[in-house]
Amino acid sequence: MSDKKKRDAKVFQLTRRKALKGLAAGASVLALPSRDAAASVWDAFFQKHFRRMTKSDLERVLARLEREYSSEFSQEVKVGATPPIEGVKYGYGLDLSRCIGCRRCVYGCVEENNQSRDPQIHWIRVVRLKKEKGTDLHYAEHYYNPNQVPEPGHFYMPIQCQQCEKPPCTKVCPVQATWTEKDGIVVVDYNWCIGCRYCMAACPYGARHFNWAKPQIPNESLNPQTHYLGNRPRPVGVVEKCTFCIQRTRQQPGRYPACLEACPVGARKFGNLLDPESEIRKLIENKRVYLLKEELNTQPKFFYFF
Amino acid sequence: MRNILAFARGSLVLISKGSRAYYIWVFSLLALISMGVLAYIHQLQNGLIVTAMRDQVSWGFYISNFTFIVGVAAAAVLLVIPAYVYHWKPIKEIAILGELLAVSAIIMCLLFVTADLGRPDRFWHLIPVIGLLNFPQSLLAWDVFVLNLYLTLNLVIAGYMLYSLYHRREPKKSFITPLLLFSIPAAISIHTVTAFLYSGMGARIFWNASILAPRFLASAFCSGPAFMILVFLLVRRYTKFQIKDAAIHKIAELIAYAMFINLFLLGAEVFKEFYTASAHLVPMKYLFFGIDGHTALVPWIWTAMLFNLTAFFIFLAPSVRKNHFMLVIGCVLIFIGVYIEKGMGLVIPGFVPDVLHEIYEYKPTGIEVMISLGIWATGLFLFTLSLRVAIPILNGDFHIAPDGRGSHIGDHLFLVQAKAADPGEDAEQSTAASARSDP
Amino acid sequence: MSPWKKLSRNMRPGVLVLLAVLLAGAVAAQAAKEKYFDRSGTLVVIETPAAELLRAYEVKNLPPGETFPVPPPPFSEGIFPCSDCHAEMTPNLERRQLTDEHTDIILNHAEGQRWCLDCHNPEDRDTLRLVSGEVIGFDESYRLCGQCHGDKYRDWRQGLHGKRTGYWNGDKQYLLCAHCHNPHDPRFKPLTPMPPPQRPGEIRR
Repeated sequence: MSDKKKRDAKVFQLTRRKALKGLAAGASVLALPSRDAAASVWDAFFQKHFRRMTKSDLERVLARLEREYSSEFSQEVKVGATPPIEGVKYGYGLDLSRCIGCRRCVYGCVEENNQSRDPQIHWIRVVRLKKEKGTDLHYAEHYYNPNQVPEPGHFYMPIQCQQCEKPPCTKVCPVQATWTEKDGIVVVDYNWCIGCRYCMAACPYGARHFNWAKPQIPNESLNPQTHYLGNRPRPVGVVEKCTFCIQRTRQQPGRYPACLEACPVGARKFGNLLDPESEIRKLIENKRVYLLKEELNTQPKFFYFF
Repeated sequence: MRNILAFARGSLVLISKGSRAYYIWVFSLLALISMGVLAYIHQLQNGLIVTAMRDQVSWGFYISNFTFIVGVAAAAVLLVIPAYVYHWKPIKEIAILGELLAVSAIIMCLLFVTADLGRPDRFWHLIPVIGLLNFPQSLLAWDVFVLNLYLTLNLVIAGYMLYSLYHRREPKKSFITPLLLFSIPAAISIHTVTAFLYSGMGARIFWNASILAPRFLASAFCSGPAFMILVFLLVRRYTKFQIKDAAIHKIAELIAYAMFINLFLLGAEVFKEFYTASAHLVPMKYLFFGIDGHTALVPWIWTAMLFNLTAFFIFLAPSVRKNHFMLVIGCVLIFIGVYIEKGMGLVIPGFVPDVLHEIYEYKPTGIEVMISLGIWATGLFLFTLSLRVAIPILNGDFHIAPDGRGSHIGDHLFLVQAKAADPGEDAEQSTAASARSDP
Repeated sequence: MSPWKKLSRNMRPGVLVLLAVLLAGAVAAQAAKEKYFDRSGTLVVIETPAAELLRAYEVKNLPPGETFPVPPPPFSEGIFPCSDCHAEMTPNLERRQLTDEHTDIILNHAEGQRWCLDCHNPEDRDTLRLVSGEVIGFDESYRLCGQCHGDKYRDWRQGLHGKRTGYWNGDKQYLLCAHCHNPHDPRFKPLTPMPPPQRPGEIRR
């Protein structure tokens, strides 16, 4: 950004401050956490959209969040904002003939991504399907709980964000609080989302989840390595979703997502769709691939295979 | 400026005075509003967990009410079209009441959307330039835009007309006619955009029908005018304001056509789903018959069907709809019928079964009902107050003082008794009750 | 006098061997021919030099220079090295039910077709033996499994079968087949599932 632009941004911000002072006074008292320092509440209220922040804006915001989270969870919490890696588009594979429906991925994800324990939020939903009915979700059982899995006559399909190439959810957001990053991950700015839940209505995969109350995470269960667009603790009243573990997968070298590591049967595959040698490309080329609700033309980057 | 102050002061006098029934009505509404405010504070403190909405059914009672009321607001044009496009005088006199209803209804819509927001404190993100409105991609952005446009339009039209009449001037045609004409497509657009908001989502098979927007308009042209007829009958009965039978019967006739189209379009949709019997049938089946023992909506939708059909037959025969007792019954039936069909009957089957075919039967919690009642009360309160000011202006009882330095109030009371008892005494009464605003 | 009789006696075996080799060669050449009917119904015969067949075989089964980073094999505690006990013993090559030791191992893996010493090297119990006779370590056991499960072996090498951990764009950790499948009873064992999610009606504050 040129100097002039920066200055303009500054002026712009000031007018906005003035314009909203009155509104903030009323609204912030009602809806923002009161224990935070007044300045912090003020900063949070006026925080810009993630993609409109300058580098210094972002640094200030990350520092403020780290301060807030660290005091709230009584430990040092890191909030990163690692950008996408050039030449990478993430893809995920899931072997339907291997998955045994044990839900290890669900809880692995909860721990890695700091999902609320109460009220409960799970980014992954595993459904049990009937072999003779195939992938017809009409026969999906969400709450199966036998002593042992797999159960005869059934197979299992974990469903999470499909990171669509044409996501219906980002299109409908009235404030652009959710968008697709260069590496194909659909993210949410939890500080910009107004909580209208239009995206939840638009998502064909039930992949978006709402913080109906202030999320509760025991201090000792918090994963302190977080990403602004990923697993940082969320406020009440906003939507959240799977980000392919953005805080892990954007590292160099990038770790695999937590659900993949949690899977005891190795049914989960992950890699760079632009690299012909990656596992994800090999499976697309060599396996029979099934896209969930392909007819909706959402073009998932989540490939079920068998 | 002074004139405006005098106008405001006079209006305040008007709304603070009234018959006993008026006070009871207004204070009941205020009580409901307070209850709603308390319930909303509870919701703000605890989050939307106090509602029955969950991830499976992520919109509920608030958005149902919103959808219905957008229709009511849009229906004001049903009066504007004959009044101003065809210069049909009987309706022209009352069209302004329709516009005032539209204003109150849109405010209710905005309140319902706000009540549904997880982060109402961030509503400024919706304001272009300082926020980041996702226009033109998001239909909700369109909705925000057209609702506010329609609100402004009706405020300007009704405000300007009333203010002109208050000054005993003819409204300037060159200014008001283009606005009135523009309000027609604007009204259609608010409801079309609201329908598109639903029908544009491939994920929700129940809504993903091109027939939805026409259905929305047809049902809006039933419920809005039905409410207006009820208001007209009440106004005619309790105030001096004259409303011709011809106007009311014309509106009733239009409702009959609209209800026919509404039922026809619904029938077309029901036929297509049930005869095809594809996987897309499930939500419709849930609505009308229930699935796997989940039947929460079934009694409601059949009530709605029964009401709509009965009302249709009442309105079909001119001799029946001209009987005002039957007319009232018909209007009430339509209002309730469309409220169910286009409120919960439209929104909930979009989520049941959900996209992963889970069934969660949503029933609003007490908090949701209280907040919704509060918003309804707010709308009715605003509408009552606006009528309380508008009707004396239209009657010529509230106007600028002859010396041009204050306002003159001819008749404080919201009452018809004076007229019924002795209309000739009007002049004396008005002098006695006149309130002179100090310059 | 027949030409055969003209041959001196000590030359006769040499000729026999030569003939046998020629015959075998002819048979082998025949085997290397691929025959099929093309679309128009014409018989097509493709002769593939035997050497090429051999190379193809090599590539399929013994990827040259390909190694996979795997953790140590999952031995039962205290059982390895096997030579601790077996070094002293004379291998009994007779197929039989084991009664003295390893009675906990019940073979449930194509048991009709094989027994212990088809895979465990009788000469050196610390190693495994492929069908070809090649001796491999336990850390290369995937090659043994791959003899029958070629498709799984191919998938595993590409990272499609089995679990890979580590870095998606860096060093990866493979697992041996035996880490998930007991080689003597390879069917994946059922697990107790983690609890189902709360139903929406149960999520309250």
